Amino acid sequence: MAEQKNAPEAFENDPRVPEELRNNVFITSLDKLYNWGRKRSMWPMLFGLACCAIEMIATAASRHDLARFGWELMRASPRQADLMIVSGTVTKKMIPQIVRLYNQMPEPRYVIAMGACATAGGPFKEGYNVVSGVDKFIPVDVYITGCPPRPEALLHSFIKLQEKIEKQSLRNVPWYQKGEEDVVPVPVLGPDLVDMRRAQEIKEKAAQAASAQQQSAA
Amino acid sequence: MAEEMTNPTPAETPAAPKAASAAKPAATAAKPAAAKPAGHAAPKGPPLATLTPELLQLQQQFGESVITPAPYVGVLVNDLSKLRDVMTYVRDQLGFDMLANATAVDYIKEGYIEVVYHPQRSKGGQPITLKVRVPRGKDPVAPTEVAVPSLTPVYAGAEFQEREIYDMYGVRFEGHPDLRRILTWEGFYGWPLRKDWREAYYEGDTKPFDSRWPGGHHELAEERVPWADNVNYPPGFDPLNFTANPDAGLYDSMAAGVPGLDAKSNGHALQPEGIGAAVPVLDRNRNTIADEEELQTDQIIVNMGPQHPSTHGVLRMVVKLDGETVTDLKLVLGYLHRNHEKIGERNTWLHNIPYTDRLDYICGLANELGYVITVEKMMGIKPTERAEYLRVIMAELTRIQSHFWAIGFLLNDLGAFYTPALYFITERDLILDLFESVTGSRLMCNYMRFGGVSRDFTEDQIMHARQLAFDRIPRKIDELEQLLTDNEIIKARTIGVGYLPAERSINYSLTGPCLRAAGVPYDIRRVDPYSIYDRFDFDIPVFYGADVYDRYRVRVAEMRQSLRIVQQALNQLDQTKPGDIQAGKKAYNHRVPAGEAYGRVETPKGELGFYLVSDGGQNPYRYHVRSSSFINLNSLKEMTVGHKVADAVVILGSLDIVLGEVDR
Repeated sequence: MAEQKNAPEAFENDPRVPEELRNNVFITSLDKLYNWGRKRSMWPMLFGLACCAIEMIATAASRHDLARFGWELMRASPRQADLMIVSGTVTKKMIPQIVRLYNQMPEPRYVIAMGACATAGGPFKEGYNVVSGVDKFIPVDVYITGCPPRPEALLHSFIKLQEKIEKQSLRNVPWYQKGEEDVVPVPVLGPDLVDMRRAQEIKEKAAQAASAQQQSAA
Repeated sequence: MAEEMTNPTPAETPAAPKAASAAKPAATAAKPAAAKPAGHAAPKGPPLATLTPELLQLQQQFGESVITPAPYVGVLVNDLSKLRDVMTYVRDQLGFDMLANATAVDYIKEGYIEVVYHPQRSKGGQPITLKVRVPRGKDPVAPTEVAVPSLTPVYAGAEFQEREIYDMYGVRFEGHPDLRRILTWEGFYGWPLRKDWREAYYEGDTKPFDSRWPGGHHELAEERVPWADNVNYPPGFDPLNFTANPDAGLYDSMAAGVPGLDAKSNGHALQPEGIGAAVPVLDRNRNTIADEEELQTDQIIVNMGPQHPSTHGVLRMVVKLDGETVTDLKLVLGYLHRNHEKIGERNTWLHNIPYTDRLDYICGLANELGYVITVEKMMGIKPTERAEYLRVIMAELTRIQSHFWAIGFLLNDLGAFYTPALYFITERDLILDLFESVTGSRLMCNYMRFGGVSRDFTEDQIMHARQLAFDRIPRKIDELEQLLTDNEIIKARTIGVGYLPAERSINYSLTGPCLRAAGVPYDIRRVDPYSIYDRFDFDIPVFYGADVYDRYRVRVAEMRQSLRIVQQALNQLDQTKPGDIQAGKKAYNHRVPAGEAYGRVETPKGELGFYLVSDGGQNPYRYHVRSSSFINLNSLKEMTVGHKVADAVVILGSLDIVLGEVDR
């Protein structure tokens, strides 16, 4: 930012810049311009899971007024959203839908894990139907503590995300790289939640367990 | 009054807490010829219940071999084949027309699962308790061999509750119209609430766990378990050769008239090639239509949710549509099933208070009240005067802010997108400010304790509450009514929509504002007063339209009545001793005497009940939440069928469900 501030002064004495442009031109990097535009117009997905969603709605309402930051346009469709706020407990029954929604979001896409449950399972971690944090399946950019986090904490996470976006560069952001698109395989609800990325491992371990059981029976 | 009541008034309970909630042993002598059930005739067994007049009448009707007193509370129905007759008699002759609660308890040592029913009268009074027992069966994965007759023909409200028992305990119900898993999914391995079923992160049966801080070193649950995650698979499971079908059976009864949906395909095949195949081709050269058949259009099935802006959370509605008209509706629940009951049975009694906050997360304080008064009844303790007043103030403010929220989002569902909700969220935030300054948290207050509350109001906080209760909120409710009640659009969209007459509402166990909008003056604060509600002057608002509009009007009227209660409580608060907020000593490890209790309170959503069983230890043996949102959803289908799909959203909004309480 420093060079932007000094730019007009620098131009004033620069004979290469025409007179009429001296106070009207800013020189910046493409990254900065691109990120400046992106970070102030994030469209979050209208997507609530549990208690944290109530605080998310409170954040969007008049008192905390998310619109001040340019983030208020909540879209119900993942195709129009850049940001998924995972606001609440991620259950095994819900995670296939969350992964599918994440895959449907166009890149660049970001994820905020709001509250203890989305971060690591929270107070319900030991529950049999609870996923220990949404980051077991989808990449998370910002985690917020709290059960539920206050609206101010959610705003803080937005600002942290803005800082992260500022630091990204067009040269190495993943969505402009060559190669396969980064699609997370949708987990399957079998006897328990099956992460298809670990299918081989699950098969081997379950086979071992079966043979151990047979041996002990014999 | 006999001790059969599940919640004796504190004055009646003996001072010694040990014997408090157990039925008075001396009083059982009133039942001399009690034929003890075969499986439960141990000489040192728990004391048997004394029978109330209703239950004695039931016993005379069906004979002493069929109806015997159960341990602690209620009666056992020993002949499963008579259960439906007994319940029909209970409903028609004794007047217990509403099945408040149905749940089960796994008595693993005795080898049976006990299914517990709590029918109650919509005219008021205590519920009665009936129990049946089924053997657990040998195979831990298969459902029980012995089936319980389903009570759905007697009480329509039993449908979801029996599905929940089936899902959690594997108890089969014979004659149930749609017996599938409800909170987990089809194909889930095992029956989670059985005592021998262990979750992946199992550490011990009861907290506090020694493993949580071994030698000052804490380890992650993931490091402890074989799969390094919260999963567990049966031995020999092969994820690469396996077809998942979590929705098996869901579409079976909806297939009729839907092209492309084969009932036998288990819902997997909504095949695109089939759609449209059955469309009758009209002969364009003909002016008349030969028969009605030709005019019939295709029906389609639409899944709304679990990610949908108007389903109030992660609810999934499967609607069958003829054009825009809903012809059938099914609900898929469990997307927020957070295992409250399994975790609650591992927790100590005190641990569960913050968990109840997260049931219905809009009104945490009302849930806490329900839990603590149930445990207090079992322990036989009574909170201090000041604590009673503080509890009532907090619970009633919770009702107001919950109704603000409900009305705001009902308007949202009607299409007034966000503007009314913004008005009400502003007011709600003011009430949450008070909660925050008193308890330290906006939503999850964790405020109530057994025998008291955690913090007293300061003078400033009392002033804050007075300012809200006497000035700000009454003004805002007037404004709300001015803006909405006579609004033409609201009337056009809501009057006559979602009609469910009183007798059907009662049969569906509907409670809360929705029941009172159908003309039934049923409010637990009045029909079975708890805490100190008998001291206040307030009305139970009742409307007779039984539609969305009257549900809205009941809520507005209730907010005014809640304000009256808060105002009276604030005025009487001066007469109590400041700082006196906890009866007895503060304790961390409560021991609740062996026994069981069903306690209930009127939360903003309806009747919230807790069915607790104690074996005398530090933890509840059974912790069941009778959630009003969950049971109110039973009736959604009957309210919705025949309306347009846009109205389905409004009717759902008028029920005011919170998914945390639906799925628990």
